[in-house]
Amino acid sequence: MTSRGRPEVTPAPTTAEADAARRARVLMKGNEAIAEAAIHAGCDAYFGYPITPQAELLEWMARRMPELGRVFIQAESELAAINMALGAAATGARVMVSSSSPGISLMAEAMSYMAGSGTPMVLVNIMRAGPGLGGIGPSQSDYFQATKGHGHGDYRVPVLAPASIGEAMELMADAFELAERYRTPVMLVADGILGQAMEPVELRFRTPERHTFDWALTGASGRPARIIKSIDLDPEVLERRNLDLQHKYREITRREVRWESWQLEDADYAIVAYGTAARVARSAITAARERGIKVGLFRPITLWPFPERELARLSRHLDGILTVELSSGQMVEDVRLAVEGRCPVAFHGRMGGLVPTPDEVVGALKALKGKVDRARPPEHRDHTPPVTHWRESEDRAEAEPWAHERARRGGRR
Amino acid sequence: MDHSVVFAGFGGQGLLFTGQVLARAAIKDGLEVFWIPSYGPEMRGGTASCTVILGDTPIGSPVVDRFDAAVTMNLPSLRRFAPRVAPAGLLLMNSSLLGDEETGRSDIEEMHLRCTELAALGGDDTLVSVAALGALVARTGWVTPESVRAALREMVGKKRPEVVDTDLGVFEAGLQAGAA
Repeated sequence: MTSRGRPEVTPAPTTAEADAARRARVLMKGNEAIAEAAIHAGCDAYFGYPITPQAELLEWMARRMPELGRVFIQAESELAAINMALGAAATGARVMVSSSSPGISLMAEAMSYMAGSGTPMVLVNIMRAGPGLGGIGPSQSDYFQATKGHGHGDYRVPVLAPASIGEAMELMADAFELAERYRTPVMLVADGILGQAMEPVELRFRTPERHTFDWALTGASGRPARIIKSIDLDPEVLERRNLDLQHKYREITRREVRWESWQLEDADYAIVAYGTAARVARSAITAARERGIKVGLFRPITLWPFPERELARLSRHLDGILTVELSSGQMVEDVRLAVEGRCPVAFHGRMGGLVPTPDEVVGALKALKGKVDRARPPEHRDHTPPVTHWRESEDRAEAEPWAHERARRGGRR
Repeated sequence: MDHSVVFAGFGGQGLLFTGQVLARAAIKDGLEVFWIPSYGPEMRGGTASCTVILGDTPIGSPVVDRFDAAVTMNLPSLRRFAPRVAPAGLLLMNSSLLGDEETGRSDIEEMHLRCTELAALGGDDTLVSVAALGALVARTGWVTPESVRAALREMVGKKRPEVVDTDLGVFEAGLQAGAA
């Protein structure tokens, strides 16, 4: 029922083994599980400053990192923490910082410098409600910040969005790997619920392979000096540096998109949601299907790069899309850009630390369906089965994004 | 089929701990489970609560509109959560503090439990939430008592092995009260 952008090739264990493994799982808090996964991923140095709802991550690191002889520093501010981290990362160390929304805003300047200078780092944002100091409740209102904003300049950072604590643990190893492969900051964003909640997890960790970097500042004795900087006062040189960055972002967009789809095989409607909102959506989908609405879930796992081509393809076979977020509607803008009007895109969200309930989402779905049905009675719609498995090359070759829409209208425009 | 329960009362009554005991027991029974504390402003206002959702399949929504069961250990918690118990759900009231407090709901099962006295029976009158957990487990059957005992041994045994037997005794007292 589930297909993923990056299928895993683990052999299926026998039922008895699987059952034993299920019963042997450990109950872990999101913040602590993320910290432990980072440690197992080989995090050499952590810098942070306490803030709810992320504080347990810092506390876990405060205890574990010194035990292992690694670096833990609680800095005097978020600004100090990230600049210490930048310095450590410049030496080729595996470095991480974490915070929650207002703290991430304070770190924004350094993220631009890291992107500009090609310094790998992993940042975790356990998002709380804003703007400003806001509140401590769960939120996804930092989507714009994570995917389009933070610092100045033409840059992007890969953004990973887990929907469960187990997935957050897996993605931590991936985050370090991406950061080093592309010499870029990588963000992992989760709302406060995922930080504060506990779920059963398997203590299965991955340590990305270590590389020797030809850029790291390790002492220039016996070799030419290296410089890590983001400044280039010669416009020609700076443009070349920017072109290199853009090339890197195209590579990331081509290779690193991840998503999950669920119950879309026969769906007329899709809910697009990530993180905790995607879990609410799953419950809503189960309830809606009991009431005869064929709906499935499209869950971006990378918020940048956004799985726009996959969503575009899917939208050709849908009567409508509902985007659900813990925000005023931020990701929905990327959904609309991907869908390009092929089907209606509605939105439902809550703010301030509140979370949409499955009932609310079903209500929003019914409202969307009502609109679609009024515009085009169901008996006049042709139902093309949606394609949920596709190859990227096919998608590129798909020359006529409007073909499906034309078929529905029964003629050319 | 998911089951949801909220444990609510004063900070210090052991509600977050008890929710974790239930969550660990669920894992031992091979279930999926989600534990979420209220970390919002209410935790600074004299009530503490956590929600535990159990199920056979991965847990979807972490937010619950209507709880299948609510364990209410003080008056603010009762006022807050009694209206949010699902029809035919279970409301467990700590009558040691709540007395004969009425909810006015006839569509749910209300269970008055003298948690302080039950906990005293087991050997420590402060373990009120463990007594309530016993009654909840007896009445709902969502997890097996054996898994709860194993979870208690693990969680209490790690920090204070000398009181494991007391916790187990209080749990038994609650279990018997719930089955009565």
